[in-house]
Amino acid sequence: MDNNSVFETRSLSIFYGNFMAVADVSINVPRHKITAIIGPSGCGKSTLLRAFNRMNELFPDTHIHGDVLFDGQNIYEKSVDPVEVRYRIGMVFQKANPFPKSIYENVAWAARIHGHKGNMDELVESSLRQAALWDEVKDKMKQSGLSLSGGQQQRLCIARAIAVKPEVILMDEPASALDPIATLKIEELMQELKQKYTIVIVTHNMQQAARVSDYTAMMMLTGETRSGTVIEFDATNKIFTRPADKRTEDYVTGRFG
Amino acid sequence: MAQKNANGLNQDPGPERPAMTLKRRQRPGENVIQSLLFIAGFFSIFTTLGIVYELGKEAWLFFRLPEVNIWKFLTGTQWQPHINEFGILPLVSATLVTTAIAMLIAIPLGLAAALYLSEYASKKTRNTLKPVLEILAGIPTIVYGYFALTFVTPLLRTIFGSDIVDIYNTGSAGLVMGILILPLITSISEDALNSVPRSLREAAYGLGATKLEVAVKIVLPAALSGIAAAVILGISRAIGETMIVAVAAGAGPNFTLNPFKAAETMTGHIVRISGGDLSYDSIDYNSIFAIGLMLFFMTLTLNIISQRIVRRFREVYE
Amino acid sequence: MKNAENRKKGPEDGTRVRDSVLSSSLSNLPSRNRAGRTWQLVFLSSTVIGILALTALLLNILDSSFGFVVLHARTDPATYSVNGVGLEDQTKDQLVALLQSELSSGAYNKLNNEKSFESRSRAEVYGIVIERLVKYSVEESWSLWQSITRSGEIRTYAAEHYPGDKLTFLSWLTADFVSRPQSSEAVTAGIRTAILGSLWTIFITILFAFPTGVGAAIYLEEYAADNWLNRIIRTNINNLAGVPSIIYGILGLAIFVRLMETLTSGALFGLVDSTTANGRTILSAGLTLGLLVLPVIIINSQEAIRSVPQSLRKASYGLGATKWQTVWFHVLPNAIPGILTGTILAVSRAIGETAPLVVIGASSAISVDPSGPFSKFTTLPIQIYQWTARPQAEWRHLAASAIVVLLAMLLSLNAAAIVVRNRFARKY
Repeated sequence: MDNNSVFETRSLSIFYGNFMAVADVSINVPRHKITAIIGPSGCGKSTLLRAFNRMNELFPDTHIHGDVLFDGQNIYEKSVDPVEVRYRIGMVFQKANPFPKSIYENVAWAARIHGHKGNMDELVESSLRQAALWDEVKDKMKQSGLSLSGGQQQRLCIARAIAVKPEVILMDEPASALDPIATLKIEELMQELKQKYTIVIVTHNMQQAARVSDYTAMMMLTGETRSGTVIEFDATNKIFTRPADKRTEDYVTGRFG
Repeated sequence: MAQKNANGLNQDPGPERPAMTLKRRQRPGENVIQSLLFIAGFFSIFTTLGIVYELGKEAWLFFRLPEVNIWKFLTGTQWQPHINEFGILPLVSATLVTTAIAMLIAIPLGLAAALYLSEYASKKTRNTLKPVLEILAGIPTIVYGYFALTFVTPLLRTIFGSDIVDIYNTGSAGLVMGILILPLITSISEDALNSVPRSLREAAYGLGATKLEVAVKIVLPAALSGIAAAVILGISRAIGETMIVAVAAGAGPNFTLNPFKAAETMTGHIVRISGGDLSYDSIDYNSIFAIGLMLFFMTLTLNIISQRIVRRFREVYE
Repeated sequence: MKNAENRKKGPEDGTRVRDSVLSSSLSNLPSRNRAGRTWQLVFLSSTVIGILALTALLLNILDSSFGFVVLHARTDPATYSVNGVGLEDQTKDQLVALLQSELSSGAYNKLNNEKSFESRSRAEVYGIVIERLVKYSVEESWSLWQSITRSGEIRTYAAEHYPGDKLTFLSWLTADFVSRPQSSEAVTAGIRTAILGSLWTIFITILFAFPTGVGAAIYLEEYAADNWLNRIIRTNINNLAGVPSIIYGILGLAIFVRLMETLTSGALFGLVDSTTANGRTILSAGLTLGLLVLPVIIINSQEAIRSVPQSLRKASYGLGATKWQTVWFHVLPNAIPGILTGTILAVSRAIGETAPLVVIGASSAISVDPSGPFSKFTTLPIQIYQWTARPQAEWRHLAASAIVVLLAMLLSLNAAAIVVRNRFARKY
C-alpha cells in the first residue's frame, strides 16, 4: 500500500443483519487531501463513512466483509481496540452536538480522559484556533457550548475532535444544518485543515463537493440487493467534467437525484 | 524557522503525536464495572426468586401439617386455628367485600374524573386539579386508616344507626380504599383517553355530535382497553391493601358479606398475627406464608393481565 | 346569526342559537345538549369529590389535634413544691433529687441505667417527674370543633363530673411532642423515638437501594444486549413494582430477620448481647424497605437515562471514549435530575409504609432512641398505627398529631423533589 493513502478498503461490504447496505467497495483515500463521498440519499454514504472509525458498531447486529486498512493496519482485526481507532480518527456529525458543558470543557474533555499531560490551556487555544473559532469565544470560555450559534457549535465540535490530535477527520454532512454563510466558513476551514489532517466528507450537496474536495467517490444503489457501492472514484475535476460512468454524469449534471 | 500562517499556527507537515499502535488495550476497570452493574440488575431476580421460594417453602410446610388439608383450606368457611379449622374463605370474603366496595367508588368516580380532565377541562383547570389528585395518591395508607376509623365509621353509624353498623366494619374500609385508588384509575384512564387520536374526535364532531356524545360514544370505547387495564390494576391494589383494613375493618375472621359488620381480610390477618408474639415454625407462622402465597399469585396474575392489555392497546395506536 | 357563524369555539357554544334555528328540523338537539350539560356537571362533581375527601381528611386530623381535656392528677403537683417554688420552675438537680426520694431505688436505678440522669436534659427529667409522680391521666377529651362550638357546655360538664380536676385547652401537637420519647402515658408521650427510627431506617434504605437501583438502570439501558435474560429482568422489575407491600414484609421476615439473623442483629460483629439479640432491627427494616422501593427507583432511573439524547453518546464515542467513560461523564450527569426526583418520590413512599415493618416486628414499647443499625426500631407510621389501635380517646389525639408531623415531612420531601427537578432542568 502506498504511503500516500491513509485508508485503503478492499472489497468492503457492510451488513445490517442480513441486509447488505454497502457492497464491495475498494478505494484508496489519499493523505492530506479532502475526499468527498457523494450520491443520492439512502445510498449508504454515511454507512461507508462510519466504517472508517468503526462507529457502525454502535448499531445492533452489524458486521463487515472485506478489509479496511488504516495506515496499513487492518482496523477490524480482533486484536484492534475500537476505542483506539476512534481516538485516532475524529468525527464531526450532521447536527452539531457539543456537550452541555463549558466551551473550555468541550475541547478539553477528550484530551483529558486520554491522559493529556501537557498544558491544557495551550491545547484548548490551539485547537480553537485551528477551528477558526478562537477569536469569537476567547472571552467566554466558561459559557456553555450550547450558547453558541449553529455554525459556531459545529466549529466547536471540530475543535473538540482536533484536540485529541487525530490523523483523519471524518465529516458526515457537517454543513447541512447551517445557513450559507456558516457553511462557507466551514468550507474555508476545511481547506486550512487539510494541511495537517486528511478529511473525508459525506455530502448530498454536489456543488459543495465540487468546491471543496480534491477527490470524489460517487456512490449509488445497484444490483438486485439494492446495496450501495462506489461506482466511480477519481480526482474531483474529472468526476465533474469528464466522468467515466454515465450514471455519474447523470447525477452531477442534475439529470436525476 | 517554521512559517506562521494566518491563524498564527506553525505550518509544519503534521501534528506531533507519539507513535502508537491500535492494539486492544486491557481495560479491566470496564469489565469490573460491567459486572457490578449486572449484579445490580440481577438483584431484582433475586427478589422475585426470594419471594417465590420463601413463600413456597413455608407454605409447603404449612400444607404438609396433618391438621391442614388444602381442599379445606380453599373452601372452608371457618378460620379458627385453635380448633384446627383452616378455611380461608372468611378472609377471602372480607377481601372481596372491601375490594368490591372500593371499586364501586373508584371506578365511576375515577372514570368520570378522567373524562372531565381529558375532554372538558381547560389547561388551567387541569393543572390545578391534577396535582390535588396526585396528593391523594401520596398520602400514606395508615392515615387513610385513621380517617376511616375516626370519621367514616361514625358517619355511617349516624346515617344507618349504631345497631346496624359495628365500630369496626368492612364498609368504611372499603369506602376509604375507594378514595385511595381513585387517583390511580383516573391517571391511567386519562392517559388512555388522551391517546385516542384527534382525528377520531374530529370525525365525530364533523358529523354534528355533541361533546358528550363524542366523549362517551367515541373516545371512551376507543380507550376501553386502557381503562380496563386501569381497573384491573386498581383491583390488584385493593386486594393488597393492608393498613386501612387493619385499622378499620376488624380483627378476627368472619365469614360474611355484610359490609356493616367487622371482618378480617387476608392482609389484615397477616398483620395481626405477625404483630403479636410469633414463634418461628409455629402453625400461625406458617399460615402467614400460605395466605401470602395466595395473595402474591392473585395480584401477580392481575398485574400480568393488565400489562398484556396495555401492550395490546399500545399496538393499536402506534 | 352572523356572530354564531364567525365564532370559532367548541360545539357547545351557540347551542342556544342552534336550538332555536334548527329546532324545527332536528328535534332532538335541545335534549341532547341538555344531556350534555348535565353530564358535564356530573363529571365535574366526580372530580371535585376527590378534593372534598382530601379536605375532609385534613380537617378531621386537625380537628383531633387540638381540644379541651380533663386532666386528673394522681398526685397533686402542688405537693412537690419546694419553698413555694412549683415543679415547673425547679432546677434539674431539684427534680432529680425529688425522683430519688419518691421512686423506689430499683425504679430509680433502672432509669439511670437506661440513660444516666446527668446526660438527660431538664425537660426530659421534668417529663419523668410528670410521668411517674404526678401521673396525669386524661379523663375525657373533645375535638377542636366541639371545643370551639360547645365550650360553655363542656365547662359546666367538666365542673360537674370532674370536680377536682383541671380542664385545659390542649394542643396535642407541640414542640415537646416532637422531642419527647415514647411513653405509656398519653400526656407525656412523644414521637422522638419514632422519628429517629424512621430516619435511621430510611438512611439504610437509601444506602442500599439508590446505588443498586441506579446501577441496575444503567446496566439495563446502556449495557444489556436484547437477549432473553435481560428481557426477563425487565419484565420482572415491572411485576415487582406491583407486588403488595405486605409481601415484601413477609419476605423480609423470612430472609432478613430469620435467615440472616446473625448479620442483622449485630451478633456477627459482636456488638450485641447475643442472648437478647434478634433480627428485628433497623437494618432489617431498612433492607426490606429497600427491596420495596428498588423496582420504582430502577424504572424511574431507566426513564431518566433514556431521555438523554443519543447524539451526546455518539459525540463521546466518536472521540474515543469507552462505554463507562461515556456513561459517567455524559449520560449520568444529564440524567441525574430525573434520577433524583424519582428517588425522592420513592423515599417518600417508603417513609409512609407501615405494613411491611409491622410484619417484620417493630417494637411496640421502646423509649430509648435508636443508636445504630442494630437497634430495635419503631417508625412514625407504626407509632400512628399503634396509637390508633388503642381504645382510649386520648391516643387518637396523639395519633392525629403524629399524622400532622408525618404529612409535614412528606410535604417537604415532595416540595424538595419539585425544586430539584426545576433547578436542574434550567442548567445548561
